[in-house]
Amino acid sequence: MSTPAQPLAFSHFSVVTCLGAGREATLAALRQGRSGLTPCNFDSIPFQTYAGEIAGLDATPLTGELAGFDCRNNRLAALALRQDGFTDAVAAARARYGAGRIGIFAGTSTSGLLQTEIAYRHRTPESGTLPPGFDYMRTHNTYSLARFMRTMLGLAGPAFVVSTACAATSKVFATAQRMIAAGICDAAIVGGADTLCATTLFGFQSLGVMAEEPCRPFDAERRGISIGEAAGFVLLERPSAQHGAETVHLLGAGEGSDAYHMSSPHPEGIGARLAMEQALTAAGLAPAEIDYINLHGTATLVGDAAEDRAVSALFGTATPCSSTKGFCGHTLGASGVVEAIFAALAIQHGFLPGSPHTRGLDPAFKSQYVLEGRAARINRVMSNSFGFGGVNCSLVLGRAA
Amino acid sequence: MRVYVEGAGLCGPGLNGWQASQPILTGAQDYVAAPVLVPPSALLPANERRRAAQIVKIALAVGAEAFAASGCDPAETATVFASSGGDGDTIHEIMSVLASPNRELSPTRFHNSVHNAAAGYWSIATRSRAASTSLCCHDDSFAAGLLETAVQARAEQRAVALIAYDVPYPFPLSEVRPIGAAFGVALVLSPHPTTASRACVELELRPVSSTAAPFPSQLETLRQGTPAARSLPLLVALARGKEAGITINYLDDMALALNIHPLPAAARNQA
Repeated sequence: MSTPAQPLAFSHFSVVTCLGAGREATLAALRQGRSGLTPCNFDSIPFQTYAGEIAGLDATPLTGELAGFDCRNNRLAALALRQDGFTDAVAAARARYGAGRIGIFAGTSTSGLLQTEIAYRHRTPESGTLPPGFDYMRTHNTYSLARFMRTMLGLAGPAFVVSTACAATSKVFATAQRMIAAGICDAAIVGGADTLCATTLFGFQSLGVMAEEPCRPFDAERRGISIGEAAGFVLLERPSAQHGAETVHLLGAGEGSDAYHMSSPHPEGIGARLAMEQALTAAGLAPAEIDYINLHGTATLVGDAAEDRAVSALFGTATPCSSTKGFCGHTLGASGVVEAIFAALAIQHGFLPGSPHTRGLDPAFKSQYVLEGRAARINRVMSNSFGFGGVNCSLVLGRAA
Repeated sequence: MRVYVEGAGLCGPGLNGWQASQPILTGAQDYVAAPVLVPPSALLPANERRRAAQIVKIALAVGAEAFAASGCDPAETATVFASSGGDGDTIHEIMSVLASPNRELSPTRFHNSVHNAAAGYWSIATRSRAASTSLCCHDDSFAAGLLETAVQARAEQRAVALIAYDVPYPFPLSEVRPIGAAFGVALVLSPHPTTASRACVELELRPVSSTAAPFPSQLETLRQGTPAARSLPLLVALARGKEAGITINYLDDMALALNIHPLPAAARNQA
């Protein structure tokens, strides 16, 4: 956007990662520098890796009117929606605006695809058909997540799912900002969920970008990613008197494309730089006004190098930055909202997150990477998310001006 | 909310391009269903052209046709891609491999499995570094894409292209998710009238409880069978070049009400 966008308040947010369910557990782990990555045995994979797996999802099926939506991804979404009074906040917003005036713009990369993986293992031998009871629409389909949220939250406003690989839940913030500005809705729930499945585990393994050890973003000896699963949601509204001084706001979003390769980033991070520049323009801020950058930083050789170049070219070498992938892994389509929420916690509670598992920085890198977390007053954060297809999205979050 | 249609692209069974389909869309010629013919894309190098998935070929073909008429530069224009389920052939291949004893995936197949694969190929082929999003709303993906595109064009005050497409799933997913014929449609929408504008579309999101009237056309079976073909009433109205009001359902409880005001060539030239 060429002119600054109207900020939106984070009225409420909720998050679940392998660090724990809800704000307290998340905040404690981020402050303590405690990683939640563990050796991965999901689906009996035949290679060694670490993952940010969430315990207990197998034992918490969706029931009642939500039973048809039952799959790992929607279970995790439900778990996140139930944290920290989020559903109550949505109910209050529904009473304020009406169910038809609250949008749902959710992101995911694999939705309930795990359900289809399981179904393919149980095809009828003679006919090859999928097992009875397999619900494509409410589990596999990419829109399943938003359909589920609409049902669980009792909303009737505009809804769709953005699925731009690992930038999905960043782009939904930009969508919500435009939709609210256009008067299509008065408030929006953004965020999303992505869960472990064989497709992503074997897929990233086939690309040769999975680390055997926990991922080490920006480390000279980084060996690739650790996959995590997560869900996070934010209720976005126009700022009003109900929002106190500690309320975090979406100040701007920027989007750009690499036009380079389907699964490798542009070596100079050209699309990433465009996204960051546009996010700053939308927020009406100069690079020097950003106090912390939450990097995409997945710990791949080329990805981290490209991002370091783009960040140091735009911000210089003094702005503190770190990737939080060492805490919870790369949560793929959920990473955008998870890291926006980490950034919101950093602003509200005054700390710079460190980078567990990163030991020695890549000596070729120029950006001001934060290894050990520390207390700091942070007013404005940039959060980066990049994905397959060369999509890039950056968000600027901060206190109200 | 008002947007201007700068260009259109179309590919479906018996609908071999927006231009070539005018007699069918205006009703001057009977519609005859036929196998989908996707024109070879000048946007892809020869080796990519052979390997590309059908869904990518359709997306690129309709996008290229819409831009050719529009006067907009695809390298500078933001895009919205909309599909009810992405590349079903690739998903089926991956599911089959993962259910087999040797679960080794092809890296190319894996990156082609993302919902935004067509958008990625488009960006590379057109050298576009502009913003691009890819969305899904099951049967209502076209309506959701049209809403997002119009809102983006108004918010950013520049043209945005919508590219919507679906291909049928192979067996066994076709049993649980039947999709009719492959279908793609593209519209380049501008917030302002230009010399290329062929119509003004006023778009309003309405809460509705009743279902929209059936589309009185030989194209109704196609419209019902493929989510992207829910665009056909709009395409017919644009082709006929008369004032028209249509409704496209969006989710169970809403609809997009579209009022189409054609811009005669003379007005276009003065704009």
